[in-house]
Amino acid sequence: MKALLVRDLRLALRAGGGFGLGLAFFLIVVVLVPFSVGPQPELLGRIAAGVLWLAALLACLLSLDRILALDFEDGTLDVLATAPLPLEAALSVKALAHWLTTGVPLVVAAPVLAVLLNLPVAGYGGLVLSLALGTPALSVIGTFGAALTVGIKRGGLLLSLLVLPLYVPTLIFGAEAARRSAEGLDATTPMLMLAGISAGVLALMPFASAAVLRVNLR
Amino acid sequence: MELTLVDLSVARGGVPVLAGVSLSLAPGQALVLRGPNGSGKTTLLRTIAGLQPALSGQVTGAEDRIAYAGHADGLKAMLSVRENLTFWAAVFGMRDVEQAMQAFALLPLADRLAGTLSAGQKRRLGLARLLVTGRPIWVLDEPTVSLDADAVALFAGAVRAHLAAGGMALIATHIDLGLDAAVLDVTPYRVALNGVGFGSSDEAFL
Repeated sequence: MKALLVRDLRLALRAGGGFGLGLAFFLIVVVLVPFSVGPQPELLGRIAAGVLWLAALLACLLSLDRILALDFEDGTLDVLATAPLPLEAALSVKALAHWLTTGVPLVVAAPVLAVLLNLPVAGYGGLVLSLALGTPALSVIGTFGAALTVGIKRGGLLLSLLVLPLYVPTLIFGAEAARRSAEGLDATTPMLMLAGISAGVLALMPFASAAVLRVNLR
Repeated sequence: MELTLVDLSVARGGVPVLAGVSLSLAPGQALVLRGPNGSGKTTLLRTIAGLQPALSGQVTGAEDRIAYAGHADGLKAMLSVRENLTFWAAVFGMRDVEQAMQAFALLPLADRLAGTLSAGQKRRLGLARLLVTGRPIWVLDEPTVSLDADAVALFAGAVRAHLAAGGMALIATHIDLGLDAAVLDVTPYRVALNGVGFGSSDEAFL
């Protein structure tokens, strides 16, 4: 399992691995928002938490088809499926590698970009905590979507259509937690719901992902 | 322990291709599968490797003992030869990759990125992967594609050493490897498409 994680991280960091792609997209979307909304610091401050969450979600979506498509094309998945490592574990590790290369940089970059959107000072802690709790769910659900569309050539768009509805609960509670803490309200309930969603999909999704991947490998 | 197929029928894309295949393979034995293109050799090998379910019949003695090498080699272009092999060795719980590299004359290429290798060199690396799995049954689908005569000899030598160590090999190939192996032509087991109903299709996206 460690070998798979190390390999995925190494591949992501080497040329063509796509590390930083999601981060750059996140940066661009957040920078573009003030241009489209207009220079109104008070309005930006109110929508900042929601915009940051939506941008993080879309940035995460961007790199999903890399999780399995490349491994499918070069035959790695066939060999992994016959390896002693259970497919469920292999997919959990791949989701973890995706989170480390996409989710964690987003969590780290979010407070910096929040300055551009004039997020109220009180909201920074809540924003980082909600993203840290929510992005693992995005990676795990995304891995399921990637497993579902793995055999399809250029299935990226279909993958987005399938995965976005599944992202809705994470987005609702994540953005709500960030917004409440930005307004100085108690954000415990949405934060707990968010943690619950992440814990639930972490426990259950790998089984669904492995099941659909086995069907797609036939 | 023997690998046994009992009355095995296999399907590709919901269409039955081979029916009633029975064979058994004892340690130290190799079997060469022959048959024209599209006769179902790949489907049969994938079924034995557990990558797809059989239509009917059963495979015994294959669970967690198979090293499968298909048309794709499972290599990453941006990893070096040594990194590729070390990764697969770790996944299969093995350590030593030097011996495998030596067996396929890969030592001079050890630090080259796999993406910069020629087709034949990639194939050699893909076959060297079999040695680092430590699995007793090799299931090989057209292993000699793009190999030159020297590399084919290296490969035949590796198969012989594997058999001598009590391993088994099931090889679909069109060329003569010079192995002392039984040959099975799959043509008699082919399902004639006319007259036979299509199997139920449960492909996710056809």
